[in-house]
Parts: sequence; C-alpha cells; structure tokens
Amino acid sequence: MAEFFQLLVIGLSQGCVYGLIAMGFVMIYKATEMVNFAQGDIMMLGSFVAFTIIVTWGFNFWLGLLLAMGVMAVFGFLVDAVVVRRIIGQPQFSIVILTISLGFIFRAVAGMIWGQAPLSLDTPFVGTSNFGGAVIGHDRLAIMGGTVAVVSLIFLFLRYSRWGIAMQAASQNQLAAFYVGIPVKLVYSGVWGLAAAISCVAGVLLAPITLIGPLNGFLGIKAFAAAVIGGFGSLPGALIGGLIIGIAEPFAAAYLPEVKNIIGYLIMFAVLMLRPEGLFATIYQKKV
Amino acid sequence: MRVLFKTDYNQDIKFAKHSGYVFWYGLLLAGVFLAPMALDTYWINELTRVLIYALAGLGLMVVTGFTGQVSLGHAAFMAIGAYTHAFLLTQGVPFFVSLPIAALTSGVVGLLIAIPASRMTGLYLTIASLAFAIVVEDVVIHWEGVTGGNRGMAVDPPMLFGYEIFEAWEYYYIVLVLLIMSIILVLNVLRSPLGRSMLAVRDSEISAESLGIRVARTKVLAFLISAALTGLAGGLFAHFIQFLSPETFGILLSIQLLLMIVVGGLGTVHGAIYGAVLIGFLEATISIMKDWLPPAIGNQPGLEPGLFGVILVLFIIFEPEGVYGRWLKFRTFLENFPFYRRNTFKRQRSYLKTERMR
Repeated sequence: MAEFFQLLVIGLSQGCVYGLIAMGFVMIYKATEMVNFAQGDIMMLGSFVAFTIIVTWGFNFWLGLLLAMGVMAVFGFLVDAVVVRRIIGQPQFSIVILTISLGFIFRAVAGMIWGQAPLSLDTPFVGTSNFGGAVIGHDRLAIMGGTVAVVSLIFLFLRYSRWGIAMQAASQNQLAAFYVGIPVKLVYSGVWGLAAAISCVAGVLLAPITLIGPLNGFLGIKAFAAAVIGGFGSLPGALIGGLIIGIAEPFAAAYLPEVKNIIGYLIMFAVLMLRPEGLFATIYQKKV
Repeated sequence: MRVLFKTDYNQDIKFAKHSGYVFWYGLLLAGVFLAPMALDTYWINELTRVLIYALAGLGLMVVTGFTGQVSLGHAAFMAIGAYTHAFLLTQGVPFFVSLPIAALTSGVVGLLIAIPASRMTGLYLTIASLAFAIVVEDVVIHWEGVTGGNRGMAVDPPMLFGYEIFEAWEYYYIVLVLLIMSIILVLNVLRSPLGRSMLAVRDSEISAESLGIRVARTKVLAFLISAALTGLAGGLFAHFIQFLSPETFGILLSIQLLLMIVVGGLGTVHGAIYGAVLIGFLEATISIMKDWLPPAIGNQPGLEPGLFGVILVLFIIFEPEGVYGRWLKFRTFLENFPFYRRNTFKRQRSYLKTERMR
C-alpha cells in the first residue's frame, strides 16, 4: 500500500510537469493554431535562466523565480514577434519544421552558454515527509502545489482578466477579434510569452529531481504525447493527459521495466487508435 | 525560350519533355558514372554517403513532399532497414535477397503504422511518427538477440556471388544503380493515378475526397513506398557505416532527412537530390570548421544540430521552396529576360490553415 502510494505521488508529480509543458503547448495551439515543438526546449532554457539568476547572481529563490519567468515571458514574446509571425499563412508543416529547428538552436545555444554538465539548482523544498510508510520528497509536493497554483492562476486569468478574455476571443476567431478592436498580433505574442513563463515554472520545479541539462528539452516530446492524449486544444485535457503519462511511468518502471521509457507513447498510440481526436475532443468535421 | 508543340498523346507524361532534358540528364548520368575514375577513395566515400542520403530523402519526399504528411520518424525506417539487412546477412542470406527483404520489412512496418496514422491529420501524424521513432530506438536497444543492443553490431562488406565488395568504387556503383532505379520508380509513381492522388491529398484532403480519391488508401500506399525506399537506404547505409548502434538512427537523423528535403525543395524529386548534396557538403564544411572555431563552441555536441536548425529556419522563412525553387526562379528569370516580374512566384498569403476543422 505504501509502495503504491509512493509510486502514485511520484507519478502525479512527474505528470504535473508534463501537464504544465503540455498546457503551454496547447495554449499556443489554441490561440494561434501553431504548434510549438520547441516548448520543451523553452522549459530547458527557463531552468537555465533561473539557475543563472538564483545560483550565479545569488538572488532569493522566489524573487529569482519571478525574474526568470519575466525573462522567459519576454523571450517567448520575442520568439513569436521576430521569427514565428513571419510564416503565418504558410502550410502547417512549415511551422512544425520551424519550431523543431528553433528547439535545436536553443539546445545548441544552451550547451554553449551553460555547458553540457548537469547543474543543480537549490530550492527551498528539501527534506522528506513520511505518510504512513510512504516517503515523499518535499520537491515532489512542491511540484504538485506549484502546478495547482499555476493552473488556478491561469484559469482566473483567462476567465476574468481583460487580456485573458482577449486571448480567448482571438483563439476562437482571429478576424472577428480583430474587428472588435483586439490587437491580435500583440495577443498572440502575449500567449507565447505566457506559455514560456509557464514552462519556466515547470523547469524550475523539475530542477531538483532531474538536474538541469541541455537535453532536458526532450521531455517536451512526452508533453506532446500528453497533449495528444488529452485532445489537442483542450487545456484540462493537456493536464489530464500529462497526469496519465506521469502516473503510468513509475508503475511501468516497477512492474513492467521493459516498457518504462515508451509507456507514454504506447498509451498515446492506444488513444489514437481508439479515439483519434483525443479524450477531450476539440476537432470537428468541416462542413462544406 | 522553347515552344513545345503537342504531337503525341503521351507527351504530357514523358520523362524527357524535350531534347534539352535528354542532353543535360545524360551528361549528369555520364558524370556520376565516370566520377569514381577521377576521384580518390575519400571523395568516392563522400559521394556514396550523398547517394544514400538522397535515397532516404527520396523516401521521405514521397510521404512529406508529395503526400503532405510530415514524418519525423523516418530515421526509424532506416533503422529497420539497416538492422533487418544486417541480421539477415548474419543468417547467411545473400546480399541481393536480403536487401529487398529489408526494404519490404520496412515498407510493411510503414504500412502498419500508416493504417492508424491515415486517420490522423497533420499534426497528430507528426507527433505519432516522432513517438514511433522513439519506440523503435527503444526496441533496438532492448532486442539484444537480434540488434546487439547498446553494444552495437558490426556489418561485413557485402558479398556478391562469392565476390567480396571491398573497394569504395564498387560499392558506389551498387548504390548508384539502386538510387537511379528508385528515382525511376518514384517518377513512374508520380505520373500514375496513385501519384496524382498523392498530390491531390497534399493540396487539399477535402477536395481530393470530393473527387472520389480514397484518401486513406493513398496515404497508406504513400507510406508503404516511402518506408520501403527509406528502408533500402538503411540497408545500404549499414554497409557504409559498417557498425550499427542505436544512436546512429536517433532523432537527429530524422531531422537531417527533413532538412534535406526542405532545403532541397519540397515536393520535387530534384529537391531530395539537391538536399542530399547540400547535406554532404555541409557535413564536410562543419568538420573543417571545427578546426578553426574556438574549442568552447567547436567541440559542442550540439553544434551540428544547432547549425542545421539555423539553416532550416532561414530556408523556411526566406525560401520555402528550397534550392530547387530558387533555381526555377532563376531559370524563369533567364528564359523570360527582360520580362521577369518579381511576383511571378509570389505565394498567395492566407490565414494559417486551421486544423481544428477537418
């Protein structure tokens, strides 16, 4: 029982990270119809930026986290405003190829600046607690708490703030949003910034568990699988997809070690076979 | 400027539209056949590498360039081809039997993948193919009895009717002939109803469906051809690198193949060849560049993919039609001189195509 509980918590916390990345990814997709394959690498950059601010420059952890989020938000904004916006109107695969290559560039640049050796970021979440025999690290609890906090903030932001409503409007219909006076381009870049900031949180929360390295961005691929499981374009779906993959992984590692690296993808294939539009469908058949 | 008169019903589907084609492609053919006589072993090897890349790129072109399904998993088909071929050789199967079986195995796997994949649209397929590549890599690592796992697997030089192919130029000719056969195959497919349906599916699935084209069947067949060609390239690659290990066929190779066809020119057979030549050239340049770059940058393991990324970004933004598209523009400029207008090839701007409706 204790083992089960422990695996569950490990899975939940891992799944929260996948879910957070997937949410950034889905947010961009929902608003701008673009797929950002570099989301995992943006997370990786976020954790490196946080490392520089907190460890190298010696800032307080919370202040440093906020600063890193700000830096990444500006970065995400600029990625859209400078590069990605130029290819609106070209077929979807151009964007796929563009963002994948951006991911490779980020990875190479991160390797050149911060090196290949893994770095460790000290967080205030140290120590473990014992819940009836299950030993749970505080960093795991922090991931779950952080995810709940981020998700509720995003929910409130999208539901009640002017910008959030503008984002929803722009994501539903660009032209109509433009006609009622929403600065669609600005909103789009804003969405990219927001998604980058969320990924930055995910990166920092993940830092104590997997050290920071340029290859962490490959985690993003699992986040895509999570987004596919949840049905592309559904924010709660992305989170739930992330949790499903996250929970499946430690259980697979414990009971079926052969498939522990690929269990997430196998689940994704199963979902695609049985329900190609994902668990929370947002794709509709076009009527001519 | 040449004016073509139609004198024959078959003129539209002829390979050589006019005598210029015969002359220039004949010259090219003579060039590649005579090349080994003028070159030393190092350059013959480089050329062989380019030809193998071209074959793999041609395979990817069928599915991505002609059918419009972006695949990020074609390295996996190369892996399947390479490992099947290498495994069959260790079981004593002769070269010219084992190679087609390897291509076929890869093709059948492609077919199996395509059946669920044909129900997905663009994006889902891209992610599924990426996941497929990761799954195949994992299988290669764990199936040690056949693949040697992480220890890798040595591949002997090919044996042809009891004669061992040791020399670089001998292998060059094998690869060259197979590449030419594959190009003819693809060109033939392109002028057949299947090829026309592939282009229609690429341009608009809904219109294709309305015209009575079976979209799912077209996609599945495209995957079959594509995976078989890429698997063939994989089998040839196995002899070329002589040692197979799982990381050879990682995501970087998939990206490299994609880079090839995008930079070369998406949607044309020429594009795959140009792309392969450019990649071969690029790899040589990068290895030379590493010598004079400061070690902090030059010795980065991420340098090569990073540079690939930069090149891809520049091409996607500034020349989405690739090198071949640029060449077409230049040729039109010369042919119509001085009447070329800058907007001749201008793309129609549109809103981003939505994938939420399908």
